Amino acid sequence: MTTRISRDDLAKRIAADISEGSYVNLGIGAPTLVANFLPDDLEIILHTENGMLGMGEAPAPDRIDPDLINAGKQPVTELPGAAYFHHGDSFGMMRGGHLDVCVLGAFQVSEGGDLANWSTGEPGSIPAVGGAMDLAIGAKQIFVMTDLLTKQGGSKLVASCTYPLTGVGCVTRVYTDYGVFDVTPDGFRVRELFGDNTVEQLEALTGLSLQAEGN
Amino acid sequence: MIDKTVPDVDAAVAGIPDGATIMIGGFGRAGQPVELIDALIASGASDLTIVNNNAGNGDTGLAALLAAKRVRRIVCSFPRQSDSWVFDGLYRVGEIELELVPQGNLAERIRAAGAGIGAFFSPTGVGTQLAEGKEARTIDGRAYVLEHPIRADFALISALKGDRWGNLVYRRTARNFGPIMATAAATTIVQVDEIVPLGDLDPEAVVTPGIFVDRVVAVGERAWLREGAFVGGVDVAGEPLTTTSAAASEGEDQ
Repeated sequence: MTTRISRDDLAKRIAADISEGSYVNLGIGAPTLVANFLPDDLEIILHTENGMLGMGEAPAPDRIDPDLINAGKQPVTELPGAAYFHHGDSFGMMRGGHLDVCVLGAFQVSEGGDLANWSTGEPGSIPAVGGAMDLAIGAKQIFVMTDLLTKQGGSKLVASCTYPLTGVGCVTRVYTDYGVFDVTPDGFRVRELFGDNTVEQLEALTGLSLQAEGN
Repeated sequence: MIDKTVPDVDAAVAGIPDGATIMIGGFGRAGQPVELIDALIASGASDLTIVNNNAGNGDTGLAALLAAKRVRRIVCSFPRQSDSWVFDGLYRVGEIELELVPQGNLAERIRAAGAGIGAFFSPTGVGTQLAEGKEARTIDGRAYVLEHPIRADFALISALKGDRWGNLVYRRTARNFGPIMATAAATTIVQVDEIVPLGDLDPEAVVTPGIFVDRVVAVGERAWLREGAFVGGVDVAGEPLTTTSAAASEGEDQ
């Protein structure tokens, strides 16, 4: 048997690795859950690439401000100390390496740290990239938050991505429902296994050769 | 005396010819200059190239311009959204051309045009489909691709307040593309809630200096403000709040 942790527990696990004083961008989708588990007593500043630092949680419905939204176009709030800026500055913050952490979703992550998360390359689909490629190179550390396996059971950790790339060699660490993996020059190294999961089990699931913890 | 104010939105968009390239500010609905877009539709200009982050939301603003079949080509980062059915329909039948640009490269290409930069090397998109065919270079060990500026004949943007010199302040995340688009167009046209007397805007707080602005028109206060104070009571699209609209305001895209 293998152990899988829930989305919320995974978000909590990622939040525990984000230190006070960090400037953090949480990608659209599951990564936004991480915000729910950042400790209230730590000052961790959330960036939203449409132009704000110091983003707070969603407002009450009668306090929605259409001029105050996040990158997912959802209403948010402003914390004391927040700042607004235009898109040029916002993406300069990312490209310039000023953010500490981006947490992103993924379709696939390769052993070399390549990320595919913007397109499945499906014929006839309407392409849309948004800030995905900017985020992929937009912080000192790029954390991926994802299920290890697709709904069909295929591994999202791969030798090389088959989906169109978002960024090359950009991923620092992958947090999955089975365990946490660091990207190293020698491929994925197991950083943490959840429950009783073993390296051998995860090698069987991913079809990859994994380095054991601590090696 | 310098007076960039114009009496109404029709005067603001006067002279935009067929075939023009127009930057339209906004990120989704936030900061979208809807009143100027409506006037552009009424002006009849067609065969337009539009530069915007998205490709319209719902049936209003940019989506209405697309629906009126005035747009030949759109340059944007994220056309496909939960409420982009107008664009989706035109794209699927081949009635609109799309140039897809990563959001930060889009912003920087606009900024570069306004700042007189010939082209620049960006690390965004390196090794991806969107960098194919572009000049690549490794600088200090990092790989980059060459990106060229995006200029426009006109920019239509929305700000909170302006004065007759064209100085502007924005509101919250509705600022988004406004300040950079204002710099990158031959003629920059701005709708503001209110035109204030010269000297009323704190010079330390001016975000867009008037040098970048050509025409300013007042369109009245946005529905969620009253005399400058936030009153709420609307959904994220700015529509009056109903019991169902809060749920409908959930987005899932960029």
